[in-house]
Amino acid sequence: MRNKRLVNYAKYGYFFSIPFILTFCIFTLYPVIYTFVLGFTDLKGAGNTEWHWLPSVGKNLFTNFTDVLTSKTFHKAFKNTWIIWILNFIPQIGFALLFTAWFTDRRSKVKGTGLFKILFYMPNIITAASMAILFQKLFGYPVGAVNQLFNANQPYNFLINEWPIKLIVAFVQFFQWYGHTMVNLIAGVIGISPEIFEAAEIDGANRVQTFFKVTIPCIRQIMLFVLVTSLIGGLNMFDIPQLLVGAKAANGAALTTNMYIRNQAFDGSYLYNRAAAASVILFLVIVILSAIVFYILRDKDEARLKKLRKQELRAAKKGF
Amino acid sequence: MANEVKLHSIKKNETALKVVIYVVSIFFSIMTLFPFVMLICNSYKSTYEVQASTLSLYSKEPLKNLAFNWKQITSKDAFHPGVGFRNSFIVATLSTVLNVYFSCLTAYAITAYEWKLREGFNAMIMAVMMIPGTVTMIGFFQMAYKIGLVNKLSALILPSIAAPMVVFFMRQYLQASLSMEIVQSARIDGAGEFRIFNQIVIPLMKPAIATQAIFAYVGSWNNLFSPMILLTDKNKKTLPVMVSLLNGDIYKKEYGAIYLGLLITVLPLIVVYAFLSKYIVEGVALGGVKS
Repeated sequence: MRNKRLVNYAKYGYFFSIPFILTFCIFTLYPVIYTFVLGFTDLKGAGNTEWHWLPSVGKNLFTNFTDVLTSKTFHKAFKNTWIIWILNFIPQIGFALLFTAWFTDRRSKVKGTGLFKILFYMPNIITAASMAILFQKLFGYPVGAVNQLFNANQPYNFLINEWPIKLIVAFVQFFQWYGHTMVNLIAGVIGISPEIFEAAEIDGANRVQTFFKVTIPCIRQIMLFVLVTSLIGGLNMFDIPQLLVGAKAANGAALTTNMYIRNQAFDGSYLYNRAAAASVILFLVIVILSAIVFYILRDKDEARLKKLRKQELRAAKKGF
Repeated sequence: MANEVKLHSIKKNETALKVVIYVVSIFFSIMTLFPFVMLICNSYKSTYEVQASTLSLYSKEPLKNLAFNWKQITSKDAFHPGVGFRNSFIVATLSTVLNVYFSCLTAYAITAYEWKLREGFNAMIMAVMMIPGTVTMIGFFQMAYKIGLVNKLSALILPSIAAPMVVFFMRQYLQASLSMEIVQSARIDGAGEFRIFNQIVIPLMKPAIATQAIFAYVGSWNNLFSPMILLTDKNKKTLPVMVSLLNGDIYKKEYGAIYLGLLITVLPLIVVYAFLSKYIVEGVALGGVKS
């Protein structure tokens, strides 16, 4: 009965989805396909919109892709992106977990957690562009705040050496995101049934045991969510390295893949085709990594479901 | 006796742990606030004073310096905070309205109606959440160039009608909170489907809308990558793009002016955050649990 009535309204389902589908096709799907196509063409030059397939101008169809994949600059950018992401993610998840453990601990009841949460989250809403330039000034040479605080007599020029640059970019990323991660994790912990913690307490588990054996397994899903979103964000890193030091500082110490793509397309020779090929490569990397993480996620859920179903079957058999 | 000693040592450990927690938390709070304090206390200094000491709060003639710095940043034909504000305001406001309204509509279409392609559509939304902005950007720029969308703010506004992440969130919310009985009874009362959506479903979704609207607004306001590529006309630039100009050579020697320019771009966000921080933090939490 109910189903029948809903079927009558089915056309509204299509009708209400039209704006989304139209916009999506025009502004996402078409450009994505266009980007893919451009990867196989000879399109370059500022303002140029005319292109030819590579084979028709006597080149291998995959020239752009092989150019990108064999480019030393691209290798460097790809490596940098990973290094900076890892340098930011490990302390980020580490401190987020530590604060989560402290702020949700039932036994020590820390006061002022609300205020700390709000403060730690604040850097996340500030424009990354402003943040990058601010930190550039703070680490400035010879009169930046950091130099004045720690080495007033022998100021150190942080922003011309490879590893200091990488560490500072990673630090600004960390600074912007650890509060966000922490708030996500705390929400996960609050969602855990208090009975589980009570049971652990009665069984004599200490704080550390409770955290590692009860809390962390319970928020595994959220940790994976944080990992995936951070990974995608990290591989698309642009604002902070671009404005903090730019692509050329210390021989490209902070050059990320997104900066590489933008530089190919909009600087110098306007190699749209090569930029398109590079972004397709980046896209494939993200898809593969996300697929792996989602596979891990889904597998566990299904395994659990299967187990439940088996138990139900067994119970049903017993009933018979 | 032994028990008492043990209790005593546990209590001592407890206090020690609390001290560590507070020390570390306060250290992080200071670390968070330090850059912003620096920003404020250098915005009213002269270049000479900034060079002499970035850390000091003191300035000989703060008001005069403030006026001078303001003149410096606005006179150079690149950084027009007023124009940047107006453009960012237009883009962020309109994108947020479109983003949230149409995401609700799409989520409602998926949740309330049974149509043939529904499952497929839903799966597609989940899949396209992964597409990074860069991949669309090169093709999008070429398209925009062809159909004359370069230097048009609408190129930044219209795409927000299709926001897969927000649709996903709204759907989660609707599945938990929408009862079809209300919709049915409104139908019996003779309300059209579109009116039901606008007058019953939208009010029902207010908490989710508030959360997502804040994020959409902040996200749009802070976006640098696509405006930087699409907007070349200096009268069309958004605030983050203007901020990036502060980095250029023309301001190299104007230390105080750069700090003031940054402060102008950061201050509105801090003021808004001061009022909405509770909802923002709770909103993140909501997203975290749902995901």
